[in-house]
Amino acid sequence: MKNIRLLAILPFIGMLAGPILHNGVEPYILGMPFILGWVVVWILITSAVMAVIYKYDPANAEGDEP
Amino acid sequence: MSAALFLIALSAVLALGLGVYAGRGREMGLEQWSVGSRGFGAVLVFLLLAGEIYTTFTFLGASGFSYGLGAPAYYILAYGTLAYVISYFILPPVWSYAKKHSLVSQPDFFAAKFDSPALGVLVALVDIVALIPYLVLQFTGLGIIVQIAGYGAISKDVAIIIGALVVTAYVIVSGIRGSALTAIVKDGLIIVVVVFMGIYLPVHYYGGIGAMFATLDHAKPGFLAFPASGQSVSWFVSTVLLTCLGFFMWPHSFAACFSAKNRSVFRKNAILLPIYQLVLLFVFFVGFAAVLQVPGLKGAATNMALLKISVAAFPPWMVGIIGATGVLTALVPGSLIMMSASTLFARNLVGFVRPHASNAQTVMVAKFTVPVVALVAVYFTIQGSSTIVALLLMGYNFVTQLFPALVASLMKRNPVSKQGAFAGIFVGVGTVVFLTLTHQTIGTLIPGLPEMIRDLNVGIIALGLNLIVMVAVSAMTPKTAMLPAE
Repeated sequence: MKNIRLLAILPFIGMLAGPILHNGVEPYILGMPFILGWVVVWILITSAVMAVIYKYDPANAEGDEP
Repeated sequence: MSAALFLIALSAVLALGLGVYAGRGREMGLEQWSVGSRGFGAVLVFLLLAGEIYTTFTFLGASGFSYGLGAPAYYILAYGTLAYVISYFILPPVWSYAKKHSLVSQPDFFAAKFDSPALGVLVALVDIVALIPYLVLQFTGLGIIVQIAGYGAISKDVAIIIGALVVTAYVIVSGIRGSALTAIVKDGLIIVVVVFMGIYLPVHYYGGIGAMFATLDHAKPGFLAFPASGQSVSWFVSTVLLTCLGFFMWPHSFAACFSAKNRSVFRKNAILLPIYQLVLLFVFFVGFAAVLQVPGLKGAATNMALLKISVAAFPPWMVGIIGATGVLTALVPGSLIMMSASTLFARNLVGFVRPHASNAQTVMVAKFTVPVVALVAVYFTIQGSSTIVALLLMGYNFVTQLFPALVASLMKRNPVSKQGAFAGIFVGVGTVVFLTLTHQTIGTLIPGLPEMIRDLNVGIIALGLNLIVMVAVSAMTPKTAMLPAE
């Protein structure tokens, strides 16, 4: 399950893809201009992705001490 | 004394009190003073690292950035988030190694990993040069806050000097424990203040956040998306990627991670910090709300946008609370930076010349360095030219140059030799100095490229040369002898 760490690439792709694919103001996301809304949505997804990695990363099974 | 000024002064006194309280009754060895004897639990480490998000640069700078330039400001949210993703992977091994070898600073880490005291000195120099403008920025913020929120009762220069005195006293008496404790108060205050302002101002002036952006898009078409050239999409992408590498290379952030009790803290933080920094979104809202309400601020004056709209919208006592919050956003990072710079000087520069200095002597030197660092920063702050912003950007590019060697040193078999690391960092930093002083962009260096490439952040060139030199020199020199693996 060490490969679960590869998921960390997702936030990089997601965060940067929005403005590359569509540099515009519309459609508004949650009342915010498209790019700002996109970044905010990806911040939430990033947090979720890191939670998934944390849960399945074997490094965290060893307990708190190194 | 006005209500606003009273509240601001009160916050400074409160912070000083917390610093004394945190430092009392503890034997202040270097390890206690600078890394809290590695005894900090999840909450304190979280706040110390999160403290980096809410500096005056973000409080005044992020609102000013969105006010002045619009969409390019979004990069601040994006790069922080990606930096936390990176932290999940690099901070735990850094922490383990630092604990095992009782390291207290970033140069310690490089010197130990590459078994090269000379590399430690180079890193210490790079760090100190990068830190000073960062500190100057905090002092500049302090000056602006007291000047505007004090309704002109205290001049900017006097405010800067008082502010510097408070931070200096604070750092000497308390050390990192004081910073961590004050960070709790600061972050509590800033969340309440910023979320309130970010919602109230758009609703009050425009009828809602959606309505505000619609009005803004109508009044200034193109302001809410990236321009076609200059700070365009390719600028955004390259800047986000470059700065997220540098984020944890700042020596005070790097060393703050040493204060943790165990290493799982960092992995948990990587989940929470992205959400936590969303508070910055509300800082952007304030900046956007100010665009049409307090128009006409240009250049460095855009940093006043948040305070100007506060003065226009709120009674003095509320401006006082906002100002007090701003003062704390300068004090906590300011104290960390000063502590970092003086530890670097005492341990890694003086310690290099006099390697047999005792721990007590090193602490003494560090504490005597604090006022000197403050004095240098105050001088540059009062001189206050626009070159400071240029210096800060240079500082950011400086610390980013440490990233390739750091990553190499964390690998199972370090492919980079000490000569390679030294040469790479040296060339990278030299390139940054050259590019900054000559104001080059990729477009001016290599004319005739397509716009998309011209707008790439010029820091990429320095990092690229750094990498090439590091790999080339490493290929020609013997590999770093591995210290016992962690």
